[in-house]
Amino acid sequence: MLIELFLNEEKVQADIRPDMMLLDFLRSRGLKSMKRGCDTGNCGLCTVWVDGKPVLSCGVPAARVQGAHITTLEGVQAEAEEFSRFLAEEGADQCGFCSPGLIMNVLALKKENPHPTEAEMKEYLAGNLCRCTGYQAQYRALVKYFGIEEVQQG
Amino acid sequence: MYTIKNYVTAESLEQAAALKEKGRNNVIIGGNLWLKMGSRSIQNAIDLSRLHLDGIEEDAEGFRIGCMVTLRELEVHEGLKGTFGNIFKEAVRHIVGVQFRNLATVGGSIFPRFGFSDVLTAFMSCDSYVELYRGGRIPIREFAEMPLDNDILTHIYIKKDGRKVRYQSYRITETDFPVLTCAVIRKENDFSVVLGARPKRAVCIDGIALEAPEEEAARERFAAQVAERTEFGSNMRGSAAYRRELARVLILRALAELTEDKTC
Repeated sequence: MLIELFLNEEKVQADIRPDMMLLDFLRSRGLKSMKRGCDTGNCGLCTVWVDGKPVLSCGVPAARVQGAHITTLEGVQAEAEEFSRFLAEEGADQCGFCSPGLIMNVLALKKENPHPTEAEMKEYLAGNLCRCTGYQAQYRALVKYFGIEEVQQG
Repeated sequence: MYTIKNYVTAESLEQAAALKEKGRNNVIIGGNLWLKMGSRSIQNAIDLSRLHLDGIEEDAEGFRIGCMVTLRELEVHEGLKGTFGNIFKEAVRHIVGVQFRNLATVGGSIFPRFGFSDVLTAFMSCDSYVELYRGGRIPIREFAEMPLDNDILTHIYIKKDGRKVRYQSYRITETDFPVLTCAVIRKENDFSVVLGARPKRAVCIDGIALEAPEEEAARERFAAQVAERTEFGSNMRGSAAYRRELARVLILRALAELTEDKTC
């Protein structure tokens, strides 16, 4: 079936299988930032934006995004690089597999709530899992990135 | 993973209903998060997302919520928050993550009447009605006991009746399915409780008197009576006995919140 959509603001037409997921469609177009980490909708590695909202591309039928604007990490490189510097300074990356999904959700949070509290930040990012770290370096990077002044313990 | 032969973006509810009634292999696609976990061979996947069923409308008597409204929209809606407090936010904010809740729909959460559903518990704690394409408007507590059929849930209507509700849930791990969900309802001096994830479908327990809610001992008696009267089951997340004990604790916490709230 034919779909037409905007991929990182570029108009695209494609012939897809009726059961193709958005994740597979994007990867078939050479956009490889989003990963299939768990395929159960739990890990957040496949996060992209559909019409500006962060979603799990492993759960979105590609047929449903007809006419939609899809944004991937490849489409927000400047903002991604800015936050990545905070991650790097805190040594937060280990394997880096989860970083694209995390970054897409962090940037979505910034658009939705530019000045979150630490609790709001943690709740918003609860759907992004990292199996290498204990999240502490990411939290330090996020606290600095969002300019959160008081870090509450516990 | 499922397979889909035809993906049909429905142009009308009539078309969607006619397709769905053709047989079990014709399926409504809600948020798709649960459906995609199965391995069904779907003949017609029916998408309702172009039928303007994704709005929350408020009138003088209540709110009409379309079946394609996402759990995230339920969570952040100012009108719902202003009328019902934090019920819906508290019920959905532990469900996986924001990206998941931007996909999961109200209709997809309510129609299957999942035993584990926070969403069903929350709607059952209000004076809510499901609107079915064929079956019309039915109280959600009645709907919760009905078997699954071929109808299509189009909206949920919640009446504003001034009740106060406090929502509690317990999870072994944050973002996981709940071990138990609990909503305590206060209508003046009448108290009732909805318990879900028992692990069966949510039920409402009413008719138990709580005459002095400001007294801790009275609240404890009420919570124990409700827990005793409710049927619980066991699964990998907890035994029936554990759930009964949890129910008592969650009811007490919700009652404490209700009685400390001077607006109740």
